[in-house]
Amino acid sequence: MTKKENFLKGLIKENPIFVFLLGMCPALAVTSTFETALGMGILVIFVLTGSNFVVSLVRKYIPHEIRTPSYIVIIATFVTIVEMITEAYTYDLYIALGIFIPLIVVNCLILGRAESFASKNKVIDSVIDGIGMALGFTIALITIGVLRELLATGTIQYGVYLPFFVEEPISLIKLFPKKFGLTMFSLPPGAFIALGIILAISQFRKVRNAEKKAKEKKAFIEQKKKEALERKRQAKMQKAGDNK
Amino acid sequence: MSLTVFFTAIVSAMLINNVILMQFLGICPFLGVSKKSKSAIGMSGAVLFVMVIASFVTYTLYDLVLYEYNIPYISTIAFILVIASLVQFVEMVMKRYSQSLYKSLGIYLPLITTNCAILGVSEANITAIWGESVPYLDGVFQAVSTSIGTGLGFGLVIFAFSSIREKLEANNVPKAWKGVPVSLVVAGIMSLAFFGLTGII
Repeated sequence: MTKKENFLKGLIKENPIFVFLLGMCPALAVTSTFETALGMGILVIFVLTGSNFVVSLVRKYIPHEIRTPSYIVIIATFVTIVEMITEAYTYDLYIALGIFIPLIVVNCLILGRAESFASKNKVIDSVIDGIGMALGFTIALITIGVLRELLATGTIQYGVYLPFFVEEPISLIKLFPKKFGLTMFSLPPGAFIALGIILAISQFRKVRNAEKKAKEKKAFIEQKKKEALERKRQAKMQKAGDNK
Repeated sequence: MSLTVFFTAIVSAMLINNVILMQFLGICPFLGVSKKSKSAIGMSGAVLFVMVIASFVTYTLYDLVLYEYNIPYISTIAFILVIASLVQFVEMVMKRYSQSLYKSLGIYLPLITTNCAILGVSEANITAIWGESVPYLDGVFQAVSTSIGTGLGFGLVIFAFSSIREKLEANNVPKAWKGVPVSLVVAGIMSLAFFGLTGII
């Protein structure tokens, strides 16, 4: 696997949320708006890259029996750092994400990458893998967040929780006025339904591709069968001709 | 320490702020072990058991050690370590003293360390109850009541959901919706139903 493949695999092909269903709690809980989803994604990028780096660095010194507790301590250290930074610089985001910042520790995605990739690979590969996987996670969160915020309010706001690059909140996209929005999608029931719709779309693509492949395979086999039959018949005719 | 506090905490944690449908904690076991209602019951029993012990231990740890020695910022690391070793400890005790309990709950115990409901309830207890600066005994009582309610709510929802899923298996669902997508929509409808309970206290 080249470095580029290693980086790109997390984005679509092995997307942690849409394909492996890892880290579903934040995917449902913090995606009521685009901005909280983006904020959570940035935190996860930092934590996953850092933890993959350190786990890969010390992978030869950790005894096999106590590896899981050691990984958890490493991850928890990074989460604590992130929590303090968020509280200091973006307090609104800290309040909005609330309990889900410390809960990054038990996100299956991060422990899963430490266990299945970083503990077996070199430092640089592990860092690339961490960035790629976390970017895939962020993309998935943003997809859900954009869908939910658009359906609920009709606009995509930026600058409420992440006050960077803008003086005051601006709306990035404006589809329809707020009074036509489906408020349900900003509430918990909407989270389940929105994620269900997105997963159904991705499953639809998978099913269609599989059907297409099966059809092609079937056609190919038919073709081969026909050719073999044809050959058999010709041989038979030739044999009959020789006998004469 | 009164019965009113106990029942208020239980009802509000079990029905109003349901741990799965309202707070989105413990979604992994909710989707993972809810294919059969038998395994759902086993999982929720194990979660209730560990959750009560964990919230008692973490609350005590925070109040009597971390705050006392002025290191509350280390709470996440301390809590996850305590929970992980607690799960291991419970597993060992169970194996030694109660084989039947171990057989029914044992296989779910290792999964609980990374169940965010346990750590989530411990952290929420600190912000919600400890933040009110109540005396230690009252606080612990409230934390344990909340965790009992949360565990019961977890069991209630995961059992109902697994029963629905067993019925869904037999139905003819479109291929694209089969499996997790349709389950998520079912969960959304259940969450809508729980929204109706919002004002009962």
